[in-house]
Amino acid sequence: MRVALLELLQFALLVALAPLLTGLVRKLKARLNARIGPSLLQPYRDLLRLLRKEVVLAPNASWLFRTIPYVVFAAIWLAAAIVPTFATGLALSRTADLIALVALLASARFALALAGMDVGTSFGGIGASREMMIASLAEPAMLMVTFTVALLVRSTSLPHIADYLLTHNVGIRISLLLGLVSLLIVALAENARIPVDNPATHLELTMVHEAMVLEYSGRHLALIEAASMVKLLLYISLIAAVFFPWGMARDLGDARAVALGLLSYGAKLALGGGVLALFETSIAKMRVFRLAEFLGGAFLLGLLAALFLYVSQGL
Amino acid sequence: MLTALLPVLLAYGAASLSGIIFGRRAQVVVYGLSALAAAATALAAARFLAAGAAPESALLPLGLPWIGAHFRIDSLSAFFLFVIGLAATLISVYALDYGKHDAEAGRVLPFYPAFLAGMTLVPIAADAFSFLVCWEGMSVASWLLVLATHRQAETRNAAFLYLVMASLGVGALLLAFGLLAGGQGDYSFAAMHGAALDRWRSGLCFVLILIGTGSKAGMVPLHVWLPPAHASAPSHVSALMSGVMTKVALYGFIRLAFDLAGPAPWWWGAVVLLLGGVTALLGVLYAVMQHDLKRLLAYHTVENIGIVVIGLGLALAFRADGLALLGALALAAALLHVFNHAMFKSLLFLGSGAVLVATHERDMEHLGGLIHPMPVTAFVFLIGAVAISALLPFNGFVSEWLTFQAIINGALLPQWLLKFAVPVVGAMLALAAALAAVCFVKVFGTVFLGRARRPAAAEAKEVSALMLAPMAGFAAICTLVGVVPQSILGLVRPVAASLIPGGPGIELSDWPWLAPLGPDHSSYSGIVILLAVTFLTALSVLVIHRFASDRLRRSAPWDCGFPDPRPETQYTASSFAQPIRRIFGSIAFAATERIDMPGPGETRPAAIEVSLSDPVWEGIYAPTARLVGLLSERLNLLQFQTIRRYLSLMFAALVLLLLIVAVSQ
Repeated sequence: MRVALLELLQFALLVALAPLLTGLVRKLKARLNARIGPSLLQPYRDLLRLLRKEVVLAPNASWLFRTIPYVVFAAIWLAAAIVPTFATGLALSRTADLIALVALLASARFALALAGMDVGTSFGGIGASREMMIASLAEPAMLMVTFTVALLVRSTSLPHIADYLLTHNVGIRISLLLGLVSLLIVALAENARIPVDNPATHLELTMVHEAMVLEYSGRHLALIEAASMVKLLLYISLIAAVFFPWGMARDLGDARAVALGLLSYGAKLALGGGVLALFETSIAKMRVFRLAEFLGGAFLLGLLAALFLYVSQGL
Repeated sequence: MLTALLPVLLAYGAASLSGIIFGRRAQVVVYGLSALAAAATALAAARFLAAGAAPESALLPLGLPWIGAHFRIDSLSAFFLFVIGLAATLISVYALDYGKHDAEAGRVLPFYPAFLAGMTLVPIAADAFSFLVCWEGMSVASWLLVLATHRQAETRNAAFLYLVMASLGVGALLLAFGLLAGGQGDYSFAAMHGAALDRWRSGLCFVLILIGTGSKAGMVPLHVWLPPAHASAPSHVSALMSGVMTKVALYGFIRLAFDLAGPAPWWWGAVVLLLGGVTALLGVLYAVMQHDLKRLLAYHTVENIGIVVIGLGLALAFRADGLALLGALALAAALLHVFNHAMFKSLLFLGSGAVLVATHERDMEHLGGLIHPMPVTAFVFLIGAVAISALLPFNGFVSEWLTFQAIINGALLPQWLLKFAVPVVGAMLALAAALAAVCFVKVFGTVFLGRARRPAAAEAKEVSALMLAPMAGFAAICTLVGVVPQSILGLVRPVAASLIPGGPGIELSDWPWLAPLGPDHSSYSGIVILLAVTFLTALSVLVIHRFASDRLRRSAPWDCGFPDPRPETQYTASSFAQPIRRIFGSIAFAATERIDMPGPGETRPAAIEVSLSDPVWEGIYAPTARLVGLLSERLNLLQFQTIRRYLSLMFAALVLLLLIVAVSQ
């Protein structure tokens, strides 16, 4: 009963917190640029306004175009709920391990890219094509990080990974460090952040993700925006769960541990948002074909991390 | 079980005969009988597997005098018979209607049942002679089926290449059997089983097995014949060749390398593993570059064979090092992928056949927007596309997930080469999976979404229910196995247990979770994911429509304020693949783009020209072909000699042979 309640709390928490996190990143970025910036609550207002507007649909948009926003939002919401946030023992996390999580996110992206092609506009096509190009390097990089962690922990299940790192002293591992760098790059790419993509540009040609969803409006757009906010939260939670699990509640019966877990989770999110804002302000966006080197680097770092561990196992 | 196959073979014979005698008029009989026979095969095989029955043998007084033909069925044969039967049943039902669109049905009908009969016989053949006869029967029948469209020059080239490669393969198999049988001359599998070969002979035998079965399965670098041949055949035959015949080739590999060739040393596993990785990655890279729908699908067959071969290589390596549980896991992953690929590849080829019937187009650059006139085809094709891209919640993901679990445990292998090879192959597999998703966004996006690029696509009509039903059947199987993989893993387990000695029968499932190595390691549940996503989707639809807004207005697309109604302004398949071509193609295929941009004031159109070169063809086949050409030119002299010269040449040859015998004694 208690587990089920906490599970529900996690689901609700994710959707409730995600816009705040995005608002925080935007606010911090504005302050770093010496602007005042919009209020922290602005993302909530944007979403509510979009939800209340009517949808304008191209005449040849198919049923896929109309269903995909809901499915994508649901898939990313579920994916975020699978990642342990404040506690390790929640039941749903057995549903998918890290590999299945990667596949769940990939399925959502596959669907969005199809939606980009549906109306048959040039911007939709260019966005879909480039998004899939980025994914074709980021996804294997993430799998390589998965291999690295799985080798150390002997499991790909996320709560086990967090649990193991909480209870064992793994020391400072060069593989984990390489994996962390690789996962950070993947997180930037997957969330369409600078230097891979710029969510705030006004030139559609320089956008990737935004160009792909250019034809969406009203509640559909609100869902897609909300999904990307939840995805940002997901990646910060994931990095926190795999590399910085400290503070997570291991015993769900212990109310103090759960409260501590919630508090530390909030702190980790704020810290993650802060680092992201700082990084994004200090770097420029890359040309699209430079990305191959950037993401290919992440992939090779991940491979190197995994290789180190494969070779050192059983010695 | 073996007696149950007798009426099946008789039915195929009768179907073939009626195809010869009555031609096009016998179409319903040919495909109807084939469907019934294939269904009977699948049913009998499933019952054999589910009952855990003991192997059965039979000795028929056919073939070579005094030796006869040995047949035997065990769980491995039964599993492949099940895959063959199930796929062939649905494909034959589809052909009932699709066959009407064949321009030259008389060139298809007699050979179709013969092809099926050959594929049914290979897994139960239990001596070298009957194995090779059935194998060749299957090859020749499929070759004749490819030639059904012989009026296209492209087909004739493809068929010639197929013939050359099939001959090479069977030659290698012949020698491999020769080595396995040793000097005793007993060519039954029972005698070969556990034949003790020395290191060099067994190594040579392994290489020959790899060439013989790899060339049929489409392993890189022996894959060159496969895409043109599979693409040229009529679509239902393409589905059989890609979805089913490559599986028979893999059966041959498993039977020979795992079962007959004795204890395999670890380096066999390493070689197979690396070949699998290269095959998977190169296959998908070729596929991304294609814009012919059927050729693209055929290249994806190469990729998927690579994925299966990775699993087989891991299984060989784990088995050689005594890690029986992990070996069984890797083998189960490979066998499950065999089943899965047979299902979704057949579905996709049947879908391409439906597109071909509706539009007469195979070139994706001419299609578009087919989701509107062909909603059911689009829906089932989408399921196939998601399944082959290894995405949730379909069957392709389950087998790749199991393969990844085996790869992660590859660190336990003691050999250095394997310690390096396993993560590298894992990276290749990860890349291949991601690129497959790119490729199928491209396929579905250009063929079914967007706007029609040619009138043929705009005027397309949905195909008949008889063609849609088998496709829907395949789609349902892909979904069922993805969501409840336990349904099929029960059939895979006995096979894995029988080939990995010493291993406990691997327990793959912990309902509703799939947890191959116990609950503490990794788990996955397709059904929970499907239910959760469905529930959350329904919840958001309800909440938003109830409390926010459900208004909708149709209006021109936005496209940044400059929507252009001409369909040419859409992204095409080639433009979609351009980033991949630049990133990977420049390494793998030396891809270059030449852009000809007219200066200001010039009136000629701008042009872009892309050139790709196939490293395998340029590196191996083209030099070989040149060498063969050169040699035959030189040896051509021999054709214009007098009888005296010929006699002296024969004499010289005889002397030479005798000398060799004398020296070697």
